[in-house]
Amino acid sequence: MIPELGHVALILALVIAVIQATFPLVGSLAGGSGNRNWMNMARPLAYGQFTLLLIAFACLTQAFLTSDFSVLYVASHSNTLLPTLYKVSAVWGGHEGSLLLWVLFMAAWGAAVAAFSRNLPLAVVSRVIAVQGMIAIGFLLFMLLTSNPFERLFPVPVEGRDLNPLLQDFGLAIHPPMLYMGYVGFSVAFAFAIAALIGGKLDAAWARWSRPWTTVAWVFLTIGIALGSWWAYYELGWGGWWFWDPVENASLMPWLVGTALIHSLAVTEKRGAFKSWTVLLAISAFSLSLLGTFLVRSGVLTSVHAFATDPERGLFILIFLCVVIGGSLALYAWRAPEVSEGGRFDLLSRESALLANNLLFVAFTVLVLFGTLAPLIYEAFNWGKISVGFPWFNQMFLALSPFLALLLGFGPAMRWKHDEPMRILRMLWLAFALSVVVLAVLALPMFGARTLWVPVGIALAAWLLFSHVAIVRERLKNKRGLAAWVADMRGSGRSFYGMVTAHVGVALFVVGVTMVSNFQMEEDVRMSPGDSYEMAGYRFQFLGAEKAPGPNYQADRGHFRVFRGDRQITELFPEKRAYLGGGMPMTEAAIDPGLFRDVYVSLGEPVGGGDWALRLYYKPFVRWIWLGSIFMALGGLLAVTDPRYRTGRVRARAPAHAAAARA
Amino acid sequence: MKARQKRLVFVGLAVVGVGAAATLALSALQSNIAYFFSPTQVLANEHPGDAVFRVGGLVVDDTLKRQQDGLTVRFDVTDNAATVPVSYTGILPDLFGEGQGVVAKGRIGNDGVFYAEEVLAKHDESYMPPEVADTLQTAHVDGVIDATTRSLSQTEGAGR
Repeated sequence: MIPELGHVALILALVIAVIQATFPLVGSLAGGSGNRNWMNMARPLAYGQFTLLLIAFACLTQAFLTSDFSVLYVASHSNTLLPTLYKVSAVWGGHEGSLLLWVLFMAAWGAAVAAFSRNLPLAVVSRVIAVQGMIAIGFLLFMLLTSNPFERLFPVPVEGRDLNPLLQDFGLAIHPPMLYMGYVGFSVAFAFAIAALIGGKLDAAWARWSRPWTTVAWVFLTIGIALGSWWAYYELGWGGWWFWDPVENASLMPWLVGTALIHSLAVTEKRGAFKSWTVLLAISAFSLSLLGTFLVRSGVLTSVHAFATDPERGLFILIFLCVVIGGSLALYAWRAPEVSEGGRFDLLSRESALLANNLLFVAFTVLVLFGTLAPLIYEAFNWGKISVGFPWFNQMFLALSPFLALLLGFGPAMRWKHDEPMRILRMLWLAFALSVVVLAVLALPMFGARTLWVPVGIALAAWLLFSHVAIVRERLKNKRGLAAWVADMRGSGRSFYGMVTAHVGVALFVVGVTMVSNFQMEEDVRMSPGDSYEMAGYRFQFLGAEKAPGPNYQADRGHFRVFRGDRQITELFPEKRAYLGGGMPMTEAAIDPGLFRDVYVSLGEPVGGGDWALRLYYKPFVRWIWLGSIFMALGGLLAVTDPRYRTGRVRARAPAHAAAARA
Repeated sequence: MKARQKRLVFVGLAVVGVGAAATLALSALQSNIAYFFSPTQVLANEHPGDAVFRVGGLVVDDTLKRQQDGLTVRFDVTDNAATVPVSYTGILPDLFGEGQGVVAKGRIGNDGVFYAEEVLAKHDESYMPPEVADTLQTAHVDGVIDATTRSLSQTEGAGR
């Protein structure tokens, strides 16, 4: 009964989505100041949509909690032995449920826009919610036609097939929700852009409205990607933090464009420039989110992430993708020429720096997109079946990121519109000189850097740090004492300090990537109980492996002591599990984490006589990669709390030059 | 400089930049791609002699042998028409097994053995790499090994 309730809720949600996509939009376009009654429908519709999807989601969760195997989706993704936490996360552990989570989040964003947009003109809110309704129609149709999570199964099996063991993990329980919040969050930026195109009014006010939403979506996506990377690191047992896998790339592309977008929105808000470009980025960010979904769901690419797929679904998403991209680009082509030109700027200005930032991020995106789609392109032209090795992606990123890091130190120091070279030189010469010293010292042979990349990477991170310290000092030049700083933090300084935090995050990330890429060690070894193995100054002693039963699996648990010199620093218990549901084996690595290094052991296979094939890792500074991501996310959150996004109705006006000069 | 000239300079720089980047990216790509060949194609010598490529198919039952060092494994990969022996040193992915689909990346040695540097892991037991599925379809032979059909029908059944 309850699954049917969920199904009905989904159908009703589709009906609401259709109403939501039409009436508020038509109302907002009606003559005069529009049809207020129709526009007033927008908010209640958004709340209704969210409520219905929440009901559907609750129904599916209930089916999982009660192990109702008469529901096909539950039977194929759960099991009575599954711990309760994973019964809940199993709701989005497969295709149908993750789609439901996706539409639920989209409705949640819609409801949030409805609730927190009291200051926005009604026509804008109506259009934004209508555009979200259109996207919801697509996804709900997709679910109801090709992937209904409430489909019944007869005869009812006694036991379910179990959740993919890889997904039975805390990191993966929260990774998809975060990632989806990010993906779907860009639908708000997209909806704002389309709404502005429909209304023909692209101005600074529009940028200010859509900026906090975009930043929040970007924060979620940042956390989601970092969680995915962290999960892959400890769960897959390969010790890598990024594999350039098509599915990873699918989440990275919206992030790259999203990063360009939040920077370009800054220009549009403060200076009224880059308007058409910003709209194009907003459209691209969401389109790439959809493309990501297509790549994951259609199985057109070989990926270690690929799950069992269905060509019919791929086709549906492809058509949907064409409609969304084609439709929005057509609208753009029709409306964009009417967009007025923004404020002019000189070569040496913050606008130029942000333009360069945008170009670099777009170049990154194009490279990732090309590398990801290259196998499809080759196949389409009958040039053979290829895969692109991750060294290529690494080379491409290494070629561009030093420029980005260098630019990142200068950009925030520059003034809008026009700046003097001497002023910047005065502000940053010390930071630059110190970074050069770092570079020179680290290049000395005693530090054993085998490539120039190590000193370059660390010096760039130092440059980011020093230059931002100089930039903060410059801001506080005329403010004395801690009180002034606190006042700045409570006032208009939050977006500034948010930016600084995020940029320091980039510095941490650069350090992490540089160190782990150049100094990590990895050994595949065979060990007998009692054996010791030395690596990177650590001695791994293997004490043997024994059987250890789990709730829904049987495990072999290895026992290791790790020594540094004579001192034992930790004991590690890596596991090799065989899950009862599908008999699928799973490696559970054991990690001793540290701020400056991880020591990591994963079990391979037993090779007879109590011996095991093992993999040992030493990963210096690997945590800094995720620490940097956390800083970026925190910076984004801090920026969003800036009071200027909460102040009363923002008039649609040309950006005040006073505000521009201040920032 | 007038605004118009400035814009021209910008556009010019952009064109040069994009062109240079594209050239570099494409030439770097050439040395980093790995073509896929089925065992039949490998036996017909269609594969490159010394370059890295990928080979895929099903792991033949009872061919998985561990060598003396405990880390090197040998197994045969088949598309049901031809078979290539593969050698790999290191830890195999969790879902590797006899009768399962596999894609290996590496080079072929003078002894006709494919020395894999990487063996593709999959995340889901019901997933079959598209290249392998294609290969098996192309090389569809009547006398299919029993175990192969069994594992294939399992894979398909589970995919539903």
